[in-house]
Amino acid sequence: MALQDLCKCRDNFLDSFTTFGKKTGCNSVIPFPDRTSWFNFYTPVAGYLDESPIQFGQIRPVQNSSDIFSQDSVAPSLSSPTNLPLSSSQSVPLPFPMSHGTTTLAFMFQGGVLAAADTRSSCSGLVACPASQKILPIHSHLVGTTSGTSADCALWKRILARELRLYQLRHGRRLSTRGAAKLLSYMLHPFKGTELCVAATLCGWDGGEDDGRRDHVGAKIDCREMSGLGKPVDTSVEEASQAETKTSSSTNLRKSESFSGPSLIYVCSDGTRLQGTLFSVGSGSPYAYSILDQGVQWGLTLQEATAVAREAVYRATHRDAYSGNCVDVYHISSKGWTRRSREDLKEEYYREKRRQEKREKQERDFVCVKDLKQTKME
Amino acid sequence: MLSAQTFGGGPGKMKDYHYTGPVEHRFSPYAFNGGTVLAVAGEDFAIVASDTRLSEGYSIHSRDSPKCYKLTDTTVIGCSGFHGDCLTLTKIIDARLKMYKHSNNKSMTSGAIAAMLSTILYGRRFFPYYVYNIIGGLDEHGKGAVYSFDPVGSYQRDTYKAGGSASAMLQPLLDNQIGFKNMEGVEQVPLTKDKAVQLVKDVFISAAERDVYTGDALRICIVTKEGIDEQTVPLRKD
Repeated sequence: MALQDLCKCRDNFLDSFTTFGKKTGCNSVIPFPDRTSWFNFYTPVAGYLDESPIQFGQIRPVQNSSDIFSQDSVAPSLSSPTNLPLSSSQSVPLPFPMSHGTTTLAFMFQGGVLAAADTRSSCSGLVACPASQKILPIHSHLVGTTSGTSADCALWKRILARELRLYQLRHGRRLSTRGAAKLLSYMLHPFKGTELCVAATLCGWDGGEDDGRRDHVGAKIDCREMSGLGKPVDTSVEEASQAETKTSSSTNLRKSESFSGPSLIYVCSDGTRLQGTLFSVGSGSPYAYSILDQGVQWGLTLQEATAVAREAVYRATHRDAYSGNCVDVYHISSKGWTRRSREDLKEEYYREKRRQEKREKQERDFVCVKDLKQTKME
Repeated sequence: MLSAQTFGGGPGKMKDYHYTGPVEHRFSPYAFNGGTVLAVAGEDFAIVASDTRLSEGYSIHSRDSPKCYKLTDTTVIGCSGFHGDCLTLTKIIDARLKMYKHSNNKSMTSGAIAAMLSTILYGRRFFPYYVYNIIGGLDEHGKGAVYSFDPVGSYQRDTYKAGGSASAMLQPLLDNQIGFKNMEGVEQVPLTKDKAVQLVKDVFISAAERDVYTGDALRICIVTKEGIDEQTVPLRKD
């Protein structure tokens, strides 16, 4: 199906593309001027979106979006059973709970981006899986932490990975982290108001390739790239800065450097998209934030940063019932992501207990000595 | 209709029952038909076992309704939950397997079936199949593989998993006996096929004692490279 996209012409998506722009009031600077099949991904709710928008409390995106969605489905018969007579405005009450509850965190430092998460998947009181993976690699230089419903996170990460790979094949370079975050946010937008729950932080390293040019400047950059790949950076970047309405009078050099490096963006299914240097998501995040706010600085070494991340997850698992078991740590640098082997926090609890006992023993000895001294003096 | 107030009158006092007004019961498209499924993966084998009781509420519809379904020569799926959705889901999986066979001229591997099932389940994210699936089989290297799912398609590969009504009782026991968890200083011997089968039988006998929806008989499917071997063992019928 991906090869089909690349080889064939896709005129039928042109109309849908412009209609989308009008419906949601996007301005003319659309990040995908290529008119490639931006909507040509299979989303699971073709029939669902056919229903009236009032019933489900969401804005209906495009008239013929449902056609597009069902075109890409491998088994078209699957989309037909969704035309069910849902009489009331709320969705069908589920007889089972979804998996929720977690602690994930990510922060930037001089060595790149560090992401850490616990591994417990709980399902309203039962630990459904003590060894789940909450940090999913998307491509060699992008990793996403997941929080919310595990099925939603896993599937949407897969869809995002597919779309990023298609982008890479079509445009010859990787999409930046900001672009990936925007793409994910736009893909989740039709489901705003439904019970879909995805809260992800995308941690990636941009640039570091032959040209450090970014894609969110607009259509001009793309055309130029397509026509003359061997062109020097200066001229295209100059014109790009004119196309942008930026007030900064940055030099060309600074421009090509400033977008290369670590990047950390938080994306949520309710529409939030935030860029930052430190994020923690999940039920255990308040506990993790307290450790991170104290320990995270730009100048940390990799070992120090790993220690801080691990400590934050460990404290959060101690206090939060829905986080626990093991901790995963991923490090993203210019060479890609590397994974530290999964560590069971059970050992850490025992070590902590021993340290606690030793401290208490020392305090007791100290108090005894003090008493002895006092009695001597009297 | 009557309703009970949970925080009535302080600790130790009886709950207050009083009439709150007419309560509307919506039609629920789901029913819970009970049943337990279990899968264990070994070095070169996989076992999928399920009980055969089909119940609803206080009644038993059938004592001979096994929940393991053979998909290919190397893969068996166990589905428990709502029986209607189990039947439809297995029909859809069979159809997709045939389509794959016809277009690619080979059978789907266990990993591929698991990935496909994940997307099938997520395709109904807002009106899910109320089925707890566990796939057991051999992967392309001939090693045992178990994939466990939640009703909306989140899955991962495990060594052992219990699903269904008695899953909360069986999973800790499997963690201890197969995963050697929560024990200190034990020698971790690899699981042999005969020991695994014996363990599965013992585990289901225990489940039938404590879970009302599990019982009648136990159907075990043992998947090896020679093929799929089925055994039936009687359980408590009460």
